[in-house]
This record gives sequence, C-alpha cells and structure tokens, in this order.
Amino acid sequence: MSKLTIADVSKIFSTTVAVDTFSLDVADGELVCLLGPSGSGKSTLLRMIGGFETPSSGSIRIDDEEVIHLPPEKRPTGMVFQSHALWTHMNVFQNLAFGLKLRRRPKAEIKERVEAVLDLVGLKGYGSRMTTQLSGGQQQRVALARSLVLEPKILLLDEPFASLDQHLRERLREEVRDIQQRLKITTLFVTHGQDEALALADRIVVMRDGRVEQVARPDMVYREPATPFVAGFIGTMNLIDGTVANGTFSRASFSVPLPVADGPATLAIRPEALSLTAGGQGIIHRVTDYGTHGLVDIDLPDGTRIKSMISDAKAFAAGQSVDLKPTAISAYRDNAVIYRTR
Amino acid sequence: MAIALAPKRRTDWIGLVFALALTIVILVPMLVVITWSFANVWRFPSVLPQQFGLKFWQMTLARSDVWSALSLSLTLSAVVTAISAAICLPAAYAFARMTFPGRDVLFFSFLAGQAFPKFGLLVAIAAIFLQLNLIATFWGVVLIQLVGTLLFMIWIPVAAFQSVDRRMEEAARDAGAGPLRVFWSITLPQAAPTIFSAVLLSFVGTFYETEGAWLIGAPQIRTMPVLMISFINNQPVIQYGAVLSVLLWIPSLIALVFTRRVVNSGSFARGFGG
Repeated sequence: MSKLTIADVSKIFSTTVAVDTFSLDVADGELVCLLGPSGSGKSTLLRMIGGFETPSSGSIRIDDEEVIHLPPEKRPTGMVFQSHALWTHMNVFQNLAFGLKLRRRPKAEIKERVEAVLDLVGLKGYGSRMTTQLSGGQQQRVALARSLVLEPKILLLDEPFASLDQHLRERLREEVRDIQQRLKITTLFVTHGQDEALALADRIVVMRDGRVEQVARPDMVYREPATPFVAGFIGTMNLIDGTVANGTFSRASFSVPLPVADGPATLAIRPEALSLTAGGQGIIHRVTDYGTHGLVDIDLPDGTRIKSMISDAKAFAAGQSVDLKPTAISAYRDNAVIYRTR
Repeated sequence: MAIALAPKRRTDWIGLVFALALTIVILVPMLVVITWSFANVWRFPSVLPQQFGLKFWQMTLARSDVWSALSLSLTLSAVVTAISAAICLPAAYAFARMTFPGRDVLFFSFLAGQAFPKFGLLVAIAAIFLQLNLIATFWGVVLIQLVGTLLFMIWIPVAAFQSVDRRMEEAARDAGAGPLRVFWSITLPQAAPTIFSAVLLSFVGTFYETEGAWLIGAPQIRTMPVLMISFINNQPVIQYGAVLSVLLWIPSLIALVFTRRVVNSGSFARGFGG
C-alpha cells in the first residue's frame, strides 16, 4: 500500500519556473503518465520525487511521510533513466545485486531475488553478460529490473523508451504495463509520446510550462480535452480560430452553428468527426490513402488547412470543392471549454 | 584464368614517406645506442663494431652505485606517484564536479608550473629548500618532483571524471548508495582506465626527471638520470652511457606493454582529448 501525495510543489531554476505549484495524488497501484512537450517540467517533477532535485517549495509525501528532506538513497523510490544508466564496468548480475548488497542481504537471497527479477523482465540466464553486450531493449529491461529488485514503493520512469525504435517501444511498454499490473506497484511515467501515455496510463497528467493542463483518464483526455493545448497535443485535432456571431461560428467561408455568446472562439474538431460533402467551402489539397481509411487535407480560401478522415479514400480527389460537416465539436474561449457536442 | 577483381588500392606514397622518415628518426638513434652498449671495441671509420660483447654491461652492473640509483629511482617514482594521486585525484574530482570560487583560476594555475623556464623556478625553490634543510634529502626531491606531476595528475583525471555519465551516479544513489560509496563503486571504476594513464605518465615522468633531482638532491640523492649525467661527464667512454640508456628504457618499456594490456588505446587517447 503506497500512495504518493504531491502538494503545491514548485521548482525555480534561477530565473525560470520549471514547475509551478503542482499538486497530484497518486493512488496505490496506480500508473500515472506525465505527458507534455520538452520543457514542460515533467522530468524535473520526477527528479524531485526521486530526490535528485530539491523543490523550491511544496511537499512530497509517500504514504503520508514527508520525503523532501531525504537524499535519493534514503527514499523508497526506484528510478529508470532514459539513458538506462547501467554501470558498464559491472555485469548484469552485479548491476542488479548492487542495491541488495548495500542493504546487506544474505548472498543466497540476493541470488534468488536477482534471478527472479531477471525472469520477470524476460532475461533469464543473462546474469553473466556485460551490459555493453546487450541490445538497447535488453539494456532498458535490465535498468527496469535494477529498480524493481529493490521493491520500491514508487516506481519512477523517465522517458525510458525514448531512445528505442517504435516497434521495440510498443513491445516494451506492453511488458511494463503487464509487470506493473502484476506487482501492483505505484508508478509515475514521464513521456512526451501521447500514444505511450494513452496505452499505459490509468490517468494522464498533461503538463505545459510547469503547470497541469488536465488530469483525466486516457479516454477522457482524448474525447474531452479541457484546453485547446490538450486538444492539439493528444491525437490529431483541427484547431480553428474564428468568431461567433448570432449563434454561428465562422472562419473564412466555413461556418457552423455554435450556441454561445458572441466573441472569439477556438473550434476543435477531430478529423474523424468531420465529414465532407460536395459544396464550396474549401478545396481539397491532397488525399492520402491509408488503405483502412483516407486522410483529406482541405484548404479554406484564407489558407487554413483542415484535416478530415474519410472511410473511403477513393470518394474524393484533389482539386474538388467540398463543404465541411462536423459531427462533434468542442469550442474554447479564454483557455476553457465553452461548448461541447454530446 | 584468374582475373584480379579487387579494387585497385592506391598507395598513399606521401603517408608512407612520412611513416618511414619518422621510423628512421626514432629508431636509428635507438639502434645506435643499443649497438654501442654491446660494443667492446668500435673505432672510426668502421660501420659496425669491431668486437661485440658484454664487457661494459658487466662493468656497469658490477657497480653498486648503479644498483642503488636504480632502486632509489624506483622508490622515488612510486612514492611521488602515490602522494600525487592521493592529493590530485580528490582535487580533480572537485574540479570536475563542483563549483567553488576561483575554480577556473586555480585550474589554470596548474599550467603555470609548465609555462615558465623550469630551471629558474627550480633555483628559486632550491633557495627556499636550503633554509628548510630539504636540500640533498629524499623528501626534498619528492617535493620537487611532485610539482612536475601536478599537471598530468589534475588535468587528465578531471577529463576522466567529467566523462563519467552523471545518470550512472544518480542510479547508484537511487539504489541506496551514499555519495562516498558512489564515488568508490561507480565514478572511480568508470574513470579508472583514463586515470591509470595519468598515473603511468607521472610514474615514468618522475623516473626520468633530471633537473629537479639533480639541483635539489645532489650530491647525496643520485637517481638514474643523475647518475647517467655524471657518467657521461666524468668518463669519456661512450659505452657506459649507452648501457645506462638501455637500462633506463626498461621501465618505460614495461610500462608501455602493461598499458597496452590494461588500457585500450581509445581510453588512453581520451585522457588527452578530454
């Protein structure tokens, strides 16, 4: 039973605010993804939890115990680094046994636990290999095992798969999810890849400039983004700035009914929620055929490019004039939702 | 019929000439010295000695001052290197990983010892040592030779420590190791091959150091190079000098062979490249 409580944590590096009054509760056994572009403060936050950075203010509690004043070696956290950071002068077994030796565990127990964790990450019998002889994916597995073998209360992963290729990344994140579910370990996962967050997380925290933009379940982050930033960051999204007058949103030749007060607004439409009919609002710039579906780029007269996903790519061709028929929209004003179709 | 299909490899003539010239410049003097050391009689204008033999080797090795100088030189080099490592390695770590006032000025001050004519510096130091009764003592020579090793033993290990991945150290902290344990178990082993090259350089450098040992140590402390100088000055027999030269090559030869085994050339070069 380990829960993590982060309350009003800020980190200021000389002049820049890396993390700005951040608060988050992570429940026991939960996997939370910190998602954001580089420079959003997600890694800094993770390093503060691990003890590698000291917060400028705020509190971090693990099982209701304040850990802010503890050095990394005294914290019940285990960190997996992006660069795996394996000790290249030791073999795999020595890497995994290092922390257990520091804890003065008996030799037999060390051997048993190391072998068990190697089995868990699918590297049975790799103990005597040097870490430099392993592939990138294997190295990252060893790094994960090195943290897991110490049975930390909180597992911290700092973009652990960023340096691996797409294929391997997908496989490893499934393995991480399986292991996390099996061990029921409270986990914080930092990533800038939205698909990684959507695939892994119980909850996603979208961060921007050191602040929380939205905390929600993955499906909610995708379907009901709280801000235009989240809308644009997760998945593909058409974000169209325009004005509302008399219940109608318009931008150039494109208009759609929007029952809100007059004023500026940002319209968010997923490509899959935008169908096309013959008409005159925009001209098709390109149709990309993905086999299962087609992606159409439409240019409005003022140059705004809009994407639409259609089931049959052959139905439209470049140069055609079309009307845009959104089936679901969200609208934002002043960084907040003002309208959403149900 | 076999037809040569291999792409024609152009011979790099200029490179070859350079390599040959370099080899001649380095190897010929060595060969001449080695030949001299085994020549019992070699008079002008003969290209080869008239008589080969071990006469001068026997004569040289029979002298007790040669043996005492050899053991003194080895002890001196070992002591200087050990003390230098004890002082410089922690300092190098501080330079590499910490920020403190005057860091850059201090760091470059180690160059100062090499930037001025060494003999002038030595004479000034000798004057101070005279008052401290350090002239012609073992520890006086140790002190003066220590100065000569500072540059290598600070600059190379600084580069070595700086190239150690910080994440590795953080991962060790994360696993439960305190800062000292991290240094001992992670940082030092990671930097070891490069640091080894610095230690080796300072050992060999101290072994061959002549001016300081002579100015501060004479007449009681006679190291191998100092002894060789007095041989050459006092005895107009080339063979003595030649035999001693060959003897002096032995430690650096052993060191080189040893280095090639312990250190791969990459990390040795990294010590200089930073």
